[in-house]
Amino acid sequence: MPEVKKVALRDGFGQGLLELGRRRSDVFVLAGDVAESTRAELFQKEFPERFLNMGIAEQDMVGSAVGLSLSGKVVFISSFSCFLCSRGYDQIRVSICYNNQSVKIAGTHAGITVGPDGATAQALEDIALMRALPNMTVVVPADAIEARKATIAAADWPGPIYLRFGRPPVPIITNEQDPFEIGKATIVRQGRDVVLVACGVLVAEALAAAQALVADGVESYVINMHTVKPLDEATLLTAARTAGAVVTAEEHQINGGLGSAVAQVLARNFPCPMEMVAVSDVFGESGEPEDLKEKYGLTWKHIRDKALDLIHAPKLRC
Amino acid sequence: MTNGLEGLTTERPSSALLKQKAYEVRRDILTMLHAAGSGHAGGSLSEVEILLSLYYYKLRNDPGNPRWEGRDKFVLSKGHCCPGLYTVLAHRGFFHREELLTFRKLGSRLQGHAYAGVPGVEASTGSLGQGLSIANGMAIAARHDLTDTRVYCLMGDGELDEGQIWEAAMSASFRHLDNLCGIVDRNHIQQDGFTSVIKDLEPLVQKWEACGWHAISVDGHNLSQLMDALDVAADTKNKPTVIMAQTIKGKGVSFMENQTRWHGRAPNTEELEKALAELDTAYRRSIAGA
Repeated sequence: MPEVKKVALRDGFGQGLLELGRRRSDVFVLAGDVAESTRAELFQKEFPERFLNMGIAEQDMVGSAVGLSLSGKVVFISSFSCFLCSRGYDQIRVSICYNNQSVKIAGTHAGITVGPDGATAQALEDIALMRALPNMTVVVPADAIEARKATIAAADWPGPIYLRFGRPPVPIITNEQDPFEIGKATIVRQGRDVVLVACGVLVAEALAAAQALVADGVESYVINMHTVKPLDEATLLTAARTAGAVVTAEEHQINGGLGSAVAQVLARNFPCPMEMVAVSDVFGESGEPEDLKEKYGLTWKHIRDKALDLIHAPKLRC
Repeated sequence: MTNGLEGLTTERPSSALLKQKAYEVRRDILTMLHAAGSGHAGGSLSEVEILLSLYYYKLRNDPGNPRWEGRDKFVLSKGHCCPGLYTVLAHRGFFHREELLTFRKLGSRLQGHAYAGVPGVEASTGSLGQGLSIANGMAIAARHDLTDTRVYCLMGDGELDEGQIWEAAMSASFRHLDNLCGIVDRNHIQQDGFTSVIKDLEPLVQKWEACGWHAISVDGHNLSQLMDALDVAADTKNKPTVIMAQTIKGKGVSFMENQTRWHGRAPNTEELEKALAELDTAYRRSIAGA
């Protein structure tokens, strides 16, 4: 196999910020002491007058962003997802969402692939937290190219928006020229036997699973559901009606994430056999990203196995 | 009733007008709380003079154009005390005074905690501790844009238990936000009791000073002291100012003053009549004595 180029999603975020900063003078970026790690530093170096390091104070960062936003600024706040979403949750709920201010919440180091830092640093509940909030949009890009596009698209998005980025370099699986639209899922592969709906770094795993499933005579329909909220119901239902079985895959807790969002849509519109690849309601631990993905059931093999389960025993499940 | 003042307020209003407004606003607060059947009487009554010093003197705004770009901004961080703010906004002409009677009713703009859908309310608040950070952001934006907008934030003293206030206090002084003025409604009572008993805040002035703020203590029911303090704050350079307004919770109604149980209560009909009669008598006496 040819060597796949790997880039971290946070690098795509930093690049997107830089492009935005050059393009428009109303963009502000706030950081929570981890600007180098989140790559917000790229913006800081070129636009120091529009960059504010708020220190280790996520609650204050959220509120200050709202004050800037109410004053007409386009504001990105950035920190590790685990701190930003959880520590700043009430502020995100009231100051951002209730005021319906289009603050762009960029959480980096999301998911279990943050690795050796362990459970406290591994945001695995952020999608659930964010998608529960009225007015909020939730975007989980699949690679660095999509991360850059999502960052740029977020600047013009009218409401509160959460962008989820990971830490380690991961395979580039989209192309620069691919269209990207918030709220519009990308069909990566067409197939008639099973739908694999994934977001974030698990889109690459879903593609690998689809390739492996060919050997089993299974043709997979693969959807990159980069926007978890609002979910692209039309694309999901078209695929589900074609294949009749759905497997979701996400680097997140099983409760409240992409799997829950997909199940909600299917239950109301097209109940069909479904499985979820996600972290099974436990905290993570220290380890290398690939080892953690293996241990916590987040690889292409896990997706393949769940797909085969559905295909071979759908009737038993219904 | 007249609005008292129209458009910009650059001169100090007469003490007669302010006295009249303090009386009318307290009457309206109690009447709207009674109509709603719930709400926060104590802190709404303690903040009346603070709000009057802002909306009848210091704030540059335009009731006919609440989003006027050149305006000064006010954030009510203690969002539960919105009855005071709504009433003062109505008296200043931001919306009709009759609407006050819809407070807390289904479909009303006048939500139970300060709501930005109400003309003149800059930010929705209600979860304590969040307003000062928002005010900081507004002050940072105003300075970046080279405008002379000033930003004011009214906090409750019990609210100062929240850690976010002190995160914001450090940010404001670190960034030398001299276009920002915080005001503390120091009425010494929070929901469960006296602040000194729940989680003592003292030495409070020193806390703000240690955070790099210019602190001024005033009698929070004395309008000339409040207006003086707002003037001093506007002239203070390189650091934010906090006005520690010493107030009485439930001010103006004898059976509500300094009573913890009136933090989160509305008067029933009998209590309302008694309270309004007290306010009437006190106002008549003060005019006669003037």
